[in-house]
Amino acid sequence: MATNEGQKIPEEEQTAAKLGEGTIPAPLKEWKIQYTKIFINNEWHNSLSGKKFPVFNPANEEKICEVEEGDKEDVDKAVKAARSAFQIGSPWRTMDASERGRLLNRLADLIERDRLLLATLESVNGGKVFSNAYLMDLGGCVKILRYFASWADKNQGRTIPIDGKYFSYTRHEPVGVCGQIIPWNFPLLMLAWKLGPALCCGNTVVVKPAEQTPLTALHVASLVKEAGFPPGVVNIVPGYGPTAGEAISSHMNIDKVAFTGSTEVGLRIKEAAGKSNLKRVSLELGGKSPCIVFADSDMDTAVEFAHQGLFIHQGQTCTAASRLFVEESIYNEFVRRSVERAKKYVLGNPLNQEVQQGPQIDKEQYTKILDLIESGKKEGAKLECGGGPFGNKGYFIQPTVFSNVTDEMRIAKEEIFGPVQQIMKFKTIDEVIKRANNTNYGLAAGIFTKDLDKALTISSVLQAGTVWVNCYGSFSPQTPFGGFKMSGNGREMGEYGLHEYLEVKTVTVKISEKNS
Amino acid sequence: MSSSGLLSLDLFSLQIFIDNEWHDAVSKKTFATINPSTGEEICQVAEGDKADVDKAVKAAKNAFRLGSPWRKMDASYRGALLNRLADLIERDRAYLATLETLDNGKPYAISYLVDLDMVLKCLRYYAGWADKYHGKTIPIDGDFFSYTRHEPIGVCAQIIPWNFPLLMQAWKLGPALATGNVVVMKVAEQTPLTALYVANLIKEAGFPPGVVNIVPGFGPTAGAALASHMEVDKVAFTGSTEVGHLIQVAAGKSNLKRVTLELGGKSPNIIMSDADLDWAVEQAHFALFFNQGQCCCAGSRTFVQEDIYPEFVERSVARAKARVVGNPFDSRTEQGPQVDEEQFKKILGYINLGKKEGAKLLCGGGPAADRGFFVQPTIFGDVKDNMTIASEEIFGPVMQIMKFKTIEEVVERANDSKYGLAAAVFTRDLDKANYLSQALQAGTVWINCYDVFGAQSPFGGYKMSGNGRELGEYGLQAYTEVKTVSIRNQQKNPCNLLLSNFPTPLTICG
Repeated sequence: MATNEGQKIPEEEQTAAKLGEGTIPAPLKEWKIQYTKIFINNEWHNSLSGKKFPVFNPANEEKICEVEEGDKEDVDKAVKAARSAFQIGSPWRTMDASERGRLLNRLADLIERDRLLLATLESVNGGKVFSNAYLMDLGGCVKILRYFASWADKNQGRTIPIDGKYFSYTRHEPVGVCGQIIPWNFPLLMLAWKLGPALCCGNTVVVKPAEQTPLTALHVASLVKEAGFPPGVVNIVPGYGPTAGEAISSHMNIDKVAFTGSTEVGLRIKEAAGKSNLKRVSLELGGKSPCIVFADSDMDTAVEFAHQGLFIHQGQTCTAASRLFVEESIYNEFVRRSVERAKKYVLGNPLNQEVQQGPQIDKEQYTKILDLIESGKKEGAKLECGGGPFGNKGYFIQPTVFSNVTDEMRIAKEEIFGPVQQIMKFKTIDEVIKRANNTNYGLAAGIFTKDLDKALTISSVLQAGTVWVNCYGSFSPQTPFGGFKMSGNGREMGEYGLHEYLEVKTVTVKISEKNS
Repeated sequence: MSSSGLLSLDLFSLQIFIDNEWHDAVSKKTFATINPSTGEEICQVAEGDKADVDKAVKAAKNAFRLGSPWRKMDASYRGALLNRLADLIERDRAYLATLETLDNGKPYAISYLVDLDMVLKCLRYYAGWADKYHGKTIPIDGDFFSYTRHEPIGVCAQIIPWNFPLLMQAWKLGPALATGNVVVMKVAEQTPLTALYVANLIKEAGFPPGVVNIVPGFGPTAGAALASHMEVDKVAFTGSTEVGHLIQVAAGKSNLKRVTLELGGKSPNIIMSDADLDWAVEQAHFALFFNQGQCCCAGSRTFVQEDIYPEFVERSVARAKARVVGNPFDSRTEQGPQVDEEQFKKILGYINLGKKEGAKLLCGGGPAADRGFFVQPTIFGDVKDNMTIASEEIFGPVMQIMKFKTIEEVVERANDSKYGLAAAVFTRDLDKANYLSQALQAGTVWINCYDVFGAQSPFGGYKMSGNGRELGEYGLQAYTEVKTVSIRNQQKNPCNLLLSNFPTPLTICG
């Protein structure tokens, strides 16, 4: 195990890193990959096929290590373990809810203990800027687990004043074995989003991390065991979507599947659930989220949030503010400042303290983004800056800004998932509402205005699961998150997020006499 | 317009209800609805298909557009409209109960007392929720103010079954309208009449045009068009598990519309030897035979503890033999006909399978009349778990009685089913009641009673009996999108993030 003490960064460099959480240590210089196998029943297994797959560092395209490749048979094995852990009378089923909460808190403690190593791995494997990984991903991960830890014994059923001589109440019971398929853009954070509510409600899980970024999830698996979760409660099967993922979504013995990823795959998962056993489905999918900037807003704030809303994590966020609608009268100035902001970026090795943008996750994404940039140029958008690859090694793309974008262009309709900002012009409120809602997606939206009436009216009519007013990308475990329309089904986080991991059971008992 | 016996059908239209107006099918086609007591045609009803569904969805979408009368209406007024609809149904209660019996075959006393009563209670229950389904303000971390709005999903397709035509209509309309959605409802082809009558009352109550649209038609045409429609935001279906699969697949193949399903069941009813035997026999009889056995939650696997098994079987057979089958308009009748010839034949097929597979036929076992779709109250004893009649949904007056020894054994056998809709336990022992109600995989567990429904208590299935819950506050979740609004709050604490040159001032999860 690598040491927990990072190198101290010089005092003068620390100022940039202050965020109310103290200072950020330097990433670990030396680390070793310890966990590369399939985690079932709190034990490590080779894949049944004997196959392995390589995991890369996207900053230099070098192989980090090989990981056991789970497929259908491994998923079957994991489901069997999860099913067994969910048996009536098992240690997990007979455990007090408060104890489930305690285990989740302990897991959060262990993640905090290994925070530096995990943040370093997340940065190396995911191309994520280290300070982001340390502060946002790891900070968020710990907060989420603690948030749900304390729901464990507070997720109350109800007693119900039913008509007649009966006593009626509900129990909020776990659904059972939950398949959880998580993406590569926030490997640890999405793992925490999935594990937190599932475990606090008493489910057992079979997790498939993304094939690009399995390493931190496997490290967390070791912490799950160390925390003391009974065998079979959490099982982690690294592998590919069309094999292991498909096996999960069509499995007859999985009661629920939760997926975060593309809308294209989301459709397939819902279909697979319908074709197999009607497992419950929750989906967090793609977006093409509008961010609307009115002339009366504070322009510096709006430029900065709109910029971060798109460029954070190399544009690889499902909520990316990828349709920026700016009111006509401030359009030119807004574009000018946005371009100026985008040009300030330092690209490079995400472990380096001065670097603000790392590489895209892999070659496929890199190629797709460059293709969409080319389409933007061809379709007549004005390229203000960037527009191509950066460097000659790793999947780096220059921060790119397009102005004069019109709604029918591909870059205005398709999810790019890269550092490419589209700035559109609008005149009236009615027009911008209509244009903002004119998409199959409905994940998030932003509004910048100082006008109360505009803020309340527009936040009400935008078809989006989350609306940010005078901010963007503000997430918190307490607030539910999820999509309208084809951006998903269901909500994660907050009390609402518990619903996805529960079956409600109504128990009605005959009584001899009723008294209020 | 036609009429049937003493009942005038001239009081309402037999067409498709769109935008508060009556339309012929685009194809001009009609289909016959049959009186199951006689097998004769009652009348012809307009047959909706894809083109009609498209028309209805367009009307619904228009009624849901921003700034429409329905979107701008106060929530309390939506509640007032639902209450008014309940009042109008109550005014016409006898007519509706008569029509329900004519078209469906259920005894008139049941239609009037049970179905109509529950319809009224359901609509009034949800009327009250309209202005009480609160969002939340949320103590989010950081300098933000956050709240949720519970918004309507939009255009909801609702596909309802023939076993409780009016009641299922109320279960669907109540929560959908209370939360401000618009509806395109497909009623079952066997029983379209009462829903169309209610359409009249919806208009009379004052719902704006397009808020509720009702399209009679068939599953593979009109139903499929709804399930795969790109402009339908949600589909709610009550019916068979087989069709439930098709609907979930269609949602996945089209636009990821939200899906709620209330499907089939093979619900266990467990009689412990310490139970009040008279009561248990009567309730187990009711659990299975109520509504001609045509209930998704029918107690169709009666597990009886070994030491009382012979006595329980004997009394159950005596009770079933005493069941009065006949004209549903006769006040003495307990059991009317099955809904149609297809169901009638399917049930008789299951009875034959039961005999073949070695179950002991204790009474009944065949048709109960020369005409109409009547089936004798039938009981099988010595039923084994692997027999077809013990694992498949029969949806008819056929009771399976099984024997068990221990509580652990019966839990395992009761849960060994792809279904998980309902279950019941008869016992006087508090520990047994608690243990079983926790261990049984079922959305509803009744203790010392059966088929107790209240608008206040949620209902829905575990496993392949469905997705989601109807009724109660839980039922509102299925008709709302939760929107989180987070507002940057500069008054709370000035946000220094933007002033710092730290590269990522956004607070993702923190």
